[in-house]
Amino acid sequence: METIVVTKPVDHWKTLYRILNYGGILVLLIWGFLGIEYKGIMQTAAGTLQSMGRGFIQPDMAYLNTWTIDGLPYAILETIAIAIAGTFASALLSIPFALLAAQNIVGPRVSKIGKFLVTMIRTFPELILALIFISVVGPGAPAGILALGIHSIGMLGKLFSEAIESMDMGVKEALESCGAGPFEILFRAILPQVSPELISYTLYRFEINMRAAATLGLVGAGGIGAPLIFAIRTRVWPRAMMIVIVLIITVTIIDSISSRIRKKLV
Amino acid sequence: MSAGEQRVSRTNPKVFEPITVPKPNNLRRNLIILGVTALVLGSGWFAGFSIPQIIRNLQRGGRLLGRMFLEPDWSFTPRMINPLIETIRMAIVGTFWGALTALPIAVIAAENFLKKPWISKPLRFVLNIFRTIPAMVLASLFVAIFGIGPYSGVMALSVFTFGLISKLTFESIEAIDYGQVEALMSLGANKLNILRYAILPQILPQFMSYTLYGFEVNVRAAAVLGYVGAGGIGQTFEQALAFRRFDRVGVIIIISFFVVLAIDLVSSSIRKRLV
Repeated sequence: METIVVTKPVDHWKTLYRILNYGGILVLLIWGFLGIEYKGIMQTAAGTLQSMGRGFIQPDMAYLNTWTIDGLPYAILETIAIAIAGTFASALLSIPFALLAAQNIVGPRVSKIGKFLVTMIRTFPELILALIFISVVGPGAPAGILALGIHSIGMLGKLFSEAIESMDMGVKEALESCGAGPFEILFRAILPQVSPELISYTLYRFEINMRAAATLGLVGAGGIGAPLIFAIRTRVWPRAMMIVIVLIITVTIIDSISSRIRKKLV
Repeated sequence: MSAGEQRVSRTNPKVFEPITVPKPNNLRRNLIILGVTALVLGSGWFAGFSIPQIIRNLQRGGRLLGRMFLEPDWSFTPRMINPLIETIRMAIVGTFWGALTALPIAVIAAENFLKKPWISKPLRFVLNIFRTIPAMVLASLFVAIFGIGPYSGVMALSVFTFGLISKLTFESIEAIDYGQVEALMSLGANKLNILRYAILPQILPQFMSYTLYGFEVNVRAAAVLGYVGAGGIGQTFEQALAFRRFDRVGVIIIISFFVVLAIDLVSSSIRKRLV
């Protein structure tokens, strides 16, 4: 049998470029690895892992069956409520930000400012927003709703503005030529066209916010996070694992419902 | 069309009959809108959300924000540098482990490579479970197991990144141009060759882009993971907050915000060039 030899032309610049790229990544990685201290890993790790596993096999069923304000059902419902209200608030708030960031509505210059504004909101962690709002309205679910409502603008505003940028401008021009005002254009030309995408993105963000709402409780902004962190810190593993199991099941159910609706929409 | 418009009757030109425009059946849509409104209002009520209460507390919140951002303690900045560097290192190492483990698992989970549904289906189910657990919850579990420190944060970020990148990657493996795979198969290539010469070259740019995206998410996550004791700037933040040093809290928020923003902008501009 004959072997076919294929020779590639050698491009020195490309090789150099590659060496620089991969070398840079390697240097970054080594720098990262050197900085993490591996000392201080607890001697009790194996034991903790064991009792955690025991808690997973025999979770605290009584906690699941407590139908008062201290029970698991109430906490999980509160988490869902925070996610729903927060997502809805942010979807409404995102529309003006999206219009401000959309190039075909406000022109390239203003759109750059709008896009930067949205990126800034996205960068601000929701946990810190939650802490700020806790100091404003006190600990509890309302702080969580406010935090999610503001933080989600960062993602929804960006996705909404991209949806608006890719819409058919003919409808808007037709309305403009008839002398429609800005609000008529918004409600008759822009929103009807992009609403399936808007709803789909909002549902996607709802899936994310469900997870976020579960962590907001760690700082005291309501929901399942507070009992979870308390159970972990006091090492009541049956209860902690019960919460984790219920959280996984709830998020899985919500994800599957939401993604089914999203598939129908777009 | 308004009800006042009229047209000439076809049978009798002298008689005018009104045009009737059939109304679209909006019942289903209106029911959905009603349901969503009820759900949102019900959620707000259940969570105890009240706008008057927020307005009442605005002044207190404004005072606190003033203490944070109007007179921040800038002398604290030098003591933030080390925790900030640790945060970035945690994100790098966490992203590395997550991406490294995600690639082979994504190849196995993709339906069009192994073509063994009894492997890919259960694997996807497990991957979905990985993605349901928030990074903060993972971090607090790892802190309980391995103790306080950046090591626990790296573990949490690795697991979290693994879930994120593996899903995105197996989806893009399933979306590849299958013609190249078939071309190799017709030449008698085995699975490894197909992987090396048909699948990996097609998905690598996307995989790199997902890894960078994971890095951005991880930098943001690493900045707050310390709040539960998993190392990085979050730990400094938690201490400042515990001592009610809001002037320092303000400095930490401002500086880490700009560092994260800078990393975000650099990384997303690289991503735009990749794909």
